[in-house]
Formats: sequence, structure tokens, C-alpha cells
Amino acid sequence: MLNSEIALSAEGLVKSFKAGSGWNTAVDHLSLQVHRGETYGLIGPDGAGKTTTTRLLLGLLSRTEGTSSILGFDSIRSPYEIRERTGYITQQFVLPADLTVMENMRFFARVQGVSNEQQKKVIPELLAFAGLANFSDRLAGQLSGGMKKKLALACSLIHAPKVILLDEPTLGVDPVSRREFWSLLGNLRAEQGVTIFVCTPYMDEAERCTHIGLIYQGKLIANDTPTRIKGQVAGELLELTPSRFVPAQELVTNLEGVLEVQTYGEKLHVFVDEAGRRIPQMVSALVGAGINHTGIRRIEVRMEEAFISLIRRQREMESEAAARDDSKEEK
Amino acid sequence: MNQVNRTQPQGATIAESPIIVEELTKSFGNFLAVDHVSFSVNHGEVFGWLGPNGAGKTTTIRMLLGLIKPTSGRASVLGYDPAQQTKTMQAHVGYMSQQFTLYNELTARENIQFYGRVYGLEREELGQRQIEILRMAGLEGRENVLTSQLSGGWKQRLALGCAIVHRPQILFLDEPTAGVDPISRRDFWGLIYSLTKKGVTVLVTTHYMDEAELCQRVGFISQGRLVAMDSPARLKETQMRGMVLEINTSDPDRALRILKTMQQRNRSQLQEVALYGAQIHAVVSDVREYKEVIRQNLLDENLEVNSIEWIAPTLEDVFISSVTAVES
Repeated sequence: MLNSEIALSAEGLVKSFKAGSGWNTAVDHLSLQVHRGETYGLIGPDGAGKTTTTRLLLGLLSRTEGTSSILGFDSIRSPYEIRERTGYITQQFVLPADLTVMENMRFFARVQGVSNEQQKKVIPELLAFAGLANFSDRLAGQLSGGMKKKLALACSLIHAPKVILLDEPTLGVDPVSRREFWSLLGNLRAEQGVTIFVCTPYMDEAERCTHIGLIYQGKLIANDTPTRIKGQVAGELLELTPSRFVPAQELVTNLEGVLEVQTYGEKLHVFVDEAGRRIPQMVSALVGAGINHTGIRRIEVRMEEAFISLIRRQREMESEAAARDDSKEEK
Repeated sequence: MNQVNRTQPQGATIAESPIIVEELTKSFGNFLAVDHVSFSVNHGEVFGWLGPNGAGKTTTIRMLLGLIKPTSGRASVLGYDPAQQTKTMQAHVGYMSQQFTLYNELTARENIQFYGRVYGLEREELGQRQIEILRMAGLEGRENVLTSQLSGGWKQRLALGCAIVHRPQILFLDEPTAGVDPISRRDFWGLIYSLTKKGVTVLVTTHYMDEAELCQRVGFISQGRLVAMDSPARLKETQMRGMVLEINTSDPDRALRILKTMQQRNRSQLQEVALYGAQIHAVVSDVREYKEVIRQNLLDENLEVNSIEWIAPTLEDVFISSVTAVES
């Protein structure tokens, strides 16, 4: 038996799809562990492998290599045990639009084999939790986007799962509803200790998680708490708005002590080894080149800056490895 | 049509803002979708138009594009009245939506050609624009790849290229970066600002406040009304009702339950409490002493309070605060 404190686990997980004459690796030797009660965010852009990873964990897709499990049950060998204990909201989760909120709840309760007696207790609780108590007779098709997402969440909780997996649950939802939805997830965690595994392309949602995995091209390029991931980025971050963008970017990139330069709209984000020492040097270099600038200041590194920096590092490592392979072949 | 593309807009004078909206109103039956909204966007500015679903964002843009007529009030786009001079105005305006209206079965080059012909570009000019746009979008070497095989970031830059094939002076972007990776998104915003340096004015909508931070100025619309408008930095200073506390405790889950109970007793003081990973964020009305009340409550429940500090609100905090003020 696996450690009972581990809710989700993947070891060297690989999934390859046939693409034309070759193979496309959607998930590439991915390993992660989510402890019970954690909120784990799998964060990455479209096509990075988030959905495939989720489906592998749930046993909805067969794996090419590696192992994975939920609550100690192997994804492939014990799909029924997993389904009884997990809730899942897919990206395009569609509720029957011509059923009312209440009918939807009953429908999902029956699918999950929840007894009538149990339904009478659980459904009102879940509707109250999701803020839908006053809408039980409304057709699901007539709910706002945010309310549909909340109903989907309530339906996925009908069988009191220990673990829920959510695939981009806030896609297309406005900021107010998005915040309400995350507040519900927070309550689930705090009040019932539910383990939450959530996929999202939005870096700011990472701050809502206790642990996150950054996934890029099927690989987990970082896996830690949000604070520690941000701490992986070297140096201090400066922001400035130059009058002439491209020349300023080139100039700053080549200054001593500059570790990395990222563009940010009309601003430049510059990682330096030591802000106190480099700001005056940067100012005089810009002045010397006849470039005006405003608002040079130190700012906090957010998850987005960290992610960009880590992706770049990953790309550099890959191109170096490719160069090494090339030189070997030449020999 | 070719003629129109080459000439300066007739209606505009140099001094006038390219987008002016005065007391613009649109009602559908009894429903006021846009309610006496006034704002203007400056030449070469990137203006964010933000609001919850159903707030009137898209209705405003549809009026500016001349797709629907206002019930009352007036809009001016490059000096034209979009409701009356729709065709002439549209020749100077670009529009890109979330769905990137590209033809997947056409190559990148063919998509540009298609949009060029729709906008009536002549053969020679179209050839020139094709080269410029492929270079701008970083699609050199990929011009003959089917659009369906391009990744999100390439598609997005191609869609932008198609939207500006006729050299519009105003660009409307409706949630343009949904789902693309952060590096591509940064590149995209780099392109937007390079267009503004050439004098293009940009109006953009988005649900993501970290993206709204990239705008020079933003307007918040809620229930049809403009509720706040300024630079993101200024909005954070002026529009936040209440202050944000970040609380670090030995047991965040239990701390949340305690704070939720506190909130039920005093909702006017404790506007919002939510988990942020291992921390808790609480939006507290403007009484500094309340911080100590919270600390004491947590200590009384035998929790260790590692830190409790005021933090700067994010643009999302300010947005939620402004918008919910109108709703309540």
C-alpha cells in the first residue's frame, strides 16, 4: 500500500501520440506528488500537456510509460475505485441545458449512485455552498457563465469525493466570478480538507495554490510552493519605461550585472545581480545613449516573470544539449 | 475602396482624440446595456476597456464599430460617426477577436492575402504588406504552413497581422491573448506597443487584470456605467475601498474558518477573506486598528501568527472593489 498521505502521484509518466509518421510526446517523464489537503496547480500554456496529464491520472487515457495513482489506486488498474473517490470537471464541461439546477444535481447524483435519502441531505447543502439555493428551479442553460461553473463544481461534489480535478475551470469567466469560484475552492479545502488538483493557463491563479507544477512542452520544469519557485529566479527585478524601446533593450541587455531582460508592454523588466549598484550604472548608460526613461524602480517577481525565466532557461539547456549531440555526431 | 485606404480620414482633425464617446447609451427594451458613458482615447494610446460579463463592454465596442446604433449620445471614431459613416470609418479600423477569425485550411500567406483583398488592397501593395506582416509576426519561413498547424502564439500574431493588413489607425482587440503562452503573450504586447509608436490607437478588452496592467489607461464598466478610469497605478492608489491584509499562520485552513466566522459578525469591516496558497488575504475597511483585532482573534484560538501585513492591492482587487460597489 502506498503512503496514505499522498493523494495523487505520478512517476516518470509518459504519453506519446502518433502524429503522422512520427510520435508526439504530450507528457514527457513527468513526476509529481500531491499530499492530502493540498491545492496543487498545474500551470502552463495551451498545449503544454495539462489535460493529458489529468486524464492519465484519472485513467481515462492509457500511459506509454511510467506509473500514476490517486489515493494509492493505480490509474489504469483501479479506475472504479478512483471514480468513486474523485470529482472531475473537464474543460468543456457541459451541463444539460434543458434541466433545472435541481434536476442537474439529481441527474449527477444518480450517475454516481447516491441514494435518494443521501440526496435529500447533500443537494441542499451543496446548493447553499455554491450560492445557488435560490436558483434551484432555473434552467441550467439560463445561468450566467460564472453560475454554470459553480453548478458544475456542485455536481462534481455530489458523491463527497476526497479529491477533485479541475481542468481550466475559470476559462472565459469574468474576474468577479473567477474570484468567487476560487473562494469556493478555498472553502472546500479549509472546511473539508478536499485535495484539489487544478489546471490553469493563468499565472495569477498559481498564487492561490499551496504547490504548483510549471508544465511546458510536456515537461515539469518546476515543482514547488509559489514562493520557492519565485525564489528560483536569480537576481533582483527592475522596471523602467524607456523613450526608445528597441535601442534601450539592446543597451541594457549588454550592461554588466544584467542577468536577463524581459519585455513588458512599453516597459522593460531587467533582472540584475544587485539593484543598488546597477540602477545608477543603468541610468548613466541610458543618458549617455540619449535615451530618456521614466519610473525606474525595483519590483517584486511574480509567477509570470518566474515562468518566463524558467522556460528560457529550459530552452537554453535544450539547445546546448542539441549542440553537444551535433558535435558528437561530427566526431 | 482602394482610394479610401490611402487617404487620411476626412473627418478627423489633428487635435481631436481618435475615439470620443459622449453620453453614449444603448437600451434593449427596458434593459440599459450602456448607460450614459463618456470617455476618450488619445492618439497612440493603449486603452483597456474592462468589466464583468454583461456589463456593457461588447455593446460599447459594437457601437464604436458601427454594428449597432446607439439609443442616445454620440460616438466619434477618427472624426466619423460610426452609426452614419460606417463603411468609410471601417476602412481605417482593425478588429481582432478572441476566436482569431483565421481560415485554418489556408496557409499563413493565404490568410493575409484573403484579408488584404477583403480590404481592397491592390496587388502591389498587398505584396508589400505581406512581407511586412510576415516579418512582424515572426512568420518568415512559415508562410506556407497551414494555419491549423501553427501554435497559439503564431496564430495570434497572424490574426493581428490580418487585422492590420489595411494599415488601420485604430485597433480594437477583444480578449486577444486567451490561452497563449506567457512568452508569446509578451511578444504580442511588444507588437502592440510597436504599432502605437507608429501612431495606431488601441482599445483592448480582457478578463485578465495582469494583462490590463499593460495598458496605459483603463476604464471599468459595471452595469452599463463607467465607474472608474485612470492609469492602473493611479487606480490602485485611489479606487480601492479598504485595504488588503496578508496573513501567515501556522494553520491557514483553520485560520480561514475563524476569519469566516468573524466576517459573519462584521461584514462591513471584513469585506472579503480568502485563501491564497499558504496565506490568507483579507480585505478590511479603512480602520488600521482592525489588524490587531484579527491578530488577537487568531491568537485566542491558539494559532501562531507568523506575520500579518498590509500589502498593495492588485488591479484585480481594485476592479472587484469598484465593480461590486456599484452592484451593492
